[in-house]
Amino acid sequence: MSAAQKKPPMISVQDLWKSFGDNHVLTGIDLDVEEGSTCVILGGSGSGKTVLMKHMIGLLKPDRGKVIVDGEDIVPMDDRDLERVRRKFGMVFQGSALFDSMTVYENVSFALREHSTLSEEEIRARVREKLAIVGLQNVEERFPAELSGGMRKRVGLARAIVLDPKIVLYDEPTTGLDPITTDYVDDMIVTAKAELHVTQVVISHDIASSFKVADKVAFLFKGKIVAEGPPQELRHDPHPELQHFLQMWFGKGE
Amino acid sequence: MTTSDLESSPKRNPLVGLVEGVGNGVIGIFQTLGGLVSLAASIMVWAVRPPYRLQNLFAQFDFVGVGSIVLVSLTGTFSGMVFATQSWSAFELFGAESLVGPTVALTVTRELAPVFSALMVTMRACSAMCTELGTMRVTEQVDALETMAVNPVQYLLVPRVLAGLCMVPLLTMIFDAAGLFGGFFVAVPLKGLSVGTFVLRTQNLLAPADIWEGLAKGALFGFTVTLIACYRGYNARGGAKGVGQATTRAMVDAALAVFIEDYFMGLLFHG
Repeated sequence: MSAAQKKPPMISVQDLWKSFGDNHVLTGIDLDVEEGSTCVILGGSGSGKTVLMKHMIGLLKPDRGKVIVDGEDIVPMDDRDLERVRRKFGMVFQGSALFDSMTVYENVSFALREHSTLSEEEIRARVREKLAIVGLQNVEERFPAELSGGMRKRVGLARAIVLDPKIVLYDEPTTGLDPITTDYVDDMIVTAKAELHVTQVVISHDIASSFKVADKVAFLFKGKIVAEGPPQELRHDPHPELQHFLQMWFGKGE
Repeated sequence: MTTSDLESSPKRNPLVGLVEGVGNGVIGIFQTLGGLVSLAASIMVWAVRPPYRLQNLFAQFDFVGVGSIVLVSLTGTFSGMVFATQSWSAFELFGAESLVGPTVALTVTRELAPVFSALMVTMRACSAMCTELGTMRVTEQVDALETMAVNPVQYLLVPRVLAGLCMVPLLTMIFDAAGLFGGFFVAVPLKGLSVGTFVLRTQNLLAPADIWEGLAKGALFGFTVTLIACYRGYNARGGAKGVGQATTRAMVDAALAVFIEDYFMGLLFHG
């Protein structure tokens, strides 16, 4: 236990501020994500979740603050260093963002072709392996438009993990999905952590799904993290906005 | 002062609104121009940096160039025929029918070929380009490229703009040949001019410089129209509607740009 605690966090966001004009989106965020854990950033729409996630992967530069990924502050980095750091990440997008002009196989193998010198057989083996981890077979020659929403999410994860990243980011993975598919995607996130031992950050406004997949939930409200902790503890956190948010799911009686 | 004067004085002067509208329009134009110039610069930088993705480049060559051959040949043939028919009826009045060949040849090579080839590419290829890039932008496929440490400007825009730059001059040449053929077809078999007169007169008056002028224009127009399509598509926002608006603006801007550039190129060569 004590050894695990001494390990520095995989992602450490320190005093992060970001405004777009007069719109102060992030107003002093502090958040640590431990290596090998799944952290859900929970918040309503417009709370700045997506903006926070974009800072973690360096798509946005903050006005102030640090974002330390695997021991390096990525805020002052130039494009070339950022590209190197981005290879530690895999990202699963809300709408999957699969390349619709490419087959599933081409989508999953894309990063391998761009960033590795593997032979065609090695690429094929790697793609098969990743698709097997997300529980898909015999879909390689299909196009994204021919897959269901849940399958597209899984292909998105296979594509994100093909370079064996240390961190996987999920942008609203269950938004707009039916309950059964939501369950299917939740299982996928839990399995990914168990099988790949990756650090995962999920942004979501889906309370049930967050409580299912998270080791830690951080509640984002008006540009600040107002409560954080393991899901069970968070249910009893007294913060009024958090309780208001949780009551939507758990009901007022509890 | 009457009451109505007092009431209207705090209201906005309609003139102010007009000035504001014009001012915003001008600012918009300069913002677009600035965006285009900075995108062009970044495309040039990324074009020379490795890795070189020849497969993507040739796919765009195929789409922009090879795919437009039939369209450009047909447009060229009919433009040449129309021009020959019209100039025949004019030259007939003072017995100068033998000048139809060079007239068609000069107009086609200097003006019609680069302008029409660029407009055909705009219509056929740039519209598709803008919609595709716009859709990739709004469905986060562009962000996905970036998170996979692949530069989207290099991966998506460089091959498209290079294809415009290289293929439109080639299409211009095809248009030249088709236009001359169209002119020949009207003047010789239809109107009865002798082959010798048509060829000799055309050879005397058409210089290689005329063809080079057309090719230079073609390269500039090809670069511009694909750049505009890429700029509008790449910066599209807000779902299907936004992609549609981006494509409309790209088409309008690209067509306008061709004519404006054509005028200045004309000044450069003949001014």
